[in-house]
Amino acid sequence: MATHSQTAPSRAEAPRAGQGSPALKWAALAALLVVALVAPFQLYPVFLAKALCFALFACAFNLLIGYVGLLSFGHAAFFGSAAYVTAHAVKVWGLTPELGILLGVAVAALFGLGFGFLAIRRQGIYFAMVTLALSQMVFFLALQLPFTGGEDGIQAVPRGYLFGVIDLGDNLAMYYFVLAVFLAGFLLIYRTIHSPFGQVLKAIRENEPRAVSLGYKVDQYKLAAFVMSAALAGLAGGTKAIVFQLASLTDITWQMSGEVVLMTLLGGLGTIFGPVVGAFLVVTLQNYLAGTQLPVTVVTGVIFVVCVLLFRRGIVGEIGALLKGRA
Amino acid sequence: MLELLGVPPQVLFGQLLLGLINGSFYALLSLGLAVIFGMLNVINFAHGAQYMLGAFAAWMLLKFAGVNYWVALVLAPVLVGLLGVVLEKLMLSRLYKLDHLYGLLLTFGLALIIEGMFRHWYGVSGQPYPIPQALAGGHNLGFMFLPTYRGWVVAVSLVVCFGTWFMIERTRLGAYLRAATENPVLVQAFGINVPVMITATYGFGVALAGLAGVLAAPIYQVNPLMGSHLIIVVFAVVVIGGMGSILGAVLTGFMLGILEGFTKVFYPEASNIVIFVVMAVVLLIKPAGLFGREK
Repeated sequence: MATHSQTAPSRAEAPRAGQGSPALKWAALAALLVVALVAPFQLYPVFLAKALCFALFACAFNLLIGYVGLLSFGHAAFFGSAAYVTAHAVKVWGLTPELGILLGVAVAALFGLGFGFLAIRRQGIYFAMVTLALSQMVFFLALQLPFTGGEDGIQAVPRGYLFGVIDLGDNLAMYYFVLAVFLAGFLLIYRTIHSPFGQVLKAIRENEPRAVSLGYKVDQYKLAAFVMSAALAGLAGGTKAIVFQLASLTDITWQMSGEVVLMTLLGGLGTIFGPVVGAFLVVTLQNYLAGTQLPVTVVTGVIFVVCVLLFRRGIVGEIGALLKGRA
Repeated sequence: MLELLGVPPQVLFGQLLLGLINGSFYALLSLGLAVIFGMLNVINFAHGAQYMLGAFAAWMLLKFAGVNYWVALVLAPVLVGLLGVVLEKLMLSRLYKLDHLYGLLLTFGLALIIEGMFRHWYGVSGQPYPIPQALAGGHNLGFMFLPTYRGWVVAVSLVVCFGTWFMIERTRLGAYLRAATENPVLVQAFGINVPVMITATYGFGVALAGLAGVLAAPIYQVNPLMGSHLIIVVFAVVVIGGMGSILGAVLTGFMLGILEGFTKVFYPEASNIVIFVVMAVVLLIKPAGLFGREK
């Protein structure tokens, strides 16, 4: 099918990474770290831990859409499957939380390998549909397999002792553990996109045929990025299962995939901090809406529409553009 | 008739009929998606929500205005189609110059809004819609019992699918449409109003979803979430068939519905995922889809 315009589809609005100077970035990072360390004394640690899990999830998703240009509409499959595996491993097999989470990450990475292998055979819009359909398959597995507890999910997952020593039953200890997990994931993503590997990913996003003609094995790069993104989404999901002591169907529905798309879009596609900001905003909003009569899905949908129509760069993207003086 | 493959024929044909019914809906919906995508380059994520709107429109017309099924069969798709026209004019038309992903994201948001509102008003339990008098009852075909309404749905779906194919492939209007998908600037230069054609195409595709909703109302209950699972299956159907051809989309829809019916007979646990498995296999063997024309 031909495109609308005679020219190639304009990427003028495509997200741009690496806005702002490096010094500014590190200052912002240091300030954020200080805030993150003192935050649990001001706010409820479990809420913060939840927001951090989703922030990591959104960063993992953003690695694909922002830096490789692949829109996955099935990331809940990785988030949810890791949550189930971690919950089951900790509750039934009695593993320590970190081992349970690692197992969840491994399973998510395997799913990522399988999905990625199929999905990267198609481009753009088809890629989104394929990932969505595959994740629906995982949803039905979660619904029908005996160990997942069907509609109830896996409840009362013990938080246990980190490395067999630190009691995660204490909310403060748990928060710092989640913060450490988030920072590790965040830094891994940061390093990845600023590595030669990340540069190739960006080249693929900008112009895939050219990347191919330069001799890069584009499919392998895409697959590697996909597996990494899936594993990190799994890390977020497994950690979430420990924090909430629960893995349920909610984590694996396509609505959850949509939610992570929203967080990233709202914060700013292809920006470093965008997904984090977006995740915190969406989680806060959901907490607030839970106490009102407003239907959450409708509000979510409205934000989607407004974002797409009015500020496609997202919050962080718009701020970055302002700082650059080309708003 | 003897026992077929160790399954009583009543069961086998009953499930095949159910599969054929599902296939009718897959075909109608993937046809609408293909028509919209061909003209607008937008994957209409709101298609499932619009199918639900069609069913609800019929139900409301009956409940609040006493409008019968036959009138609703025409009126509900028109109403839903008009809503589509408004959406296209107000929102979608602003996105054509951007990456195609934005159209998907926008219609996803619209689907959330529509489904969320109806869920807020009507909860998740369905509303019953009576089968019209003229289509009640059924026929005993000897080897199975055919409820009249179900036969009617398959017939309507076939007629509408074929009619749409004929209109696009065999009429002057369809020729304009196909030309506009290839080269809108040139068609515009010949004095044809392409923006209006784009709007009308979206309205027509959405009306098809609304029509499917009206047809579905007496079979499944009218439920706010009736479209949200269906749309994903239809996406898989579209990936399997490829969106290059109208007939391909229709044929794939019917085939997969029947396959699903077969699975329900022989291995019911897998009936929910069989279509996704087929999609995975097709991606491995023929990535562009069975009827696809991608490079």
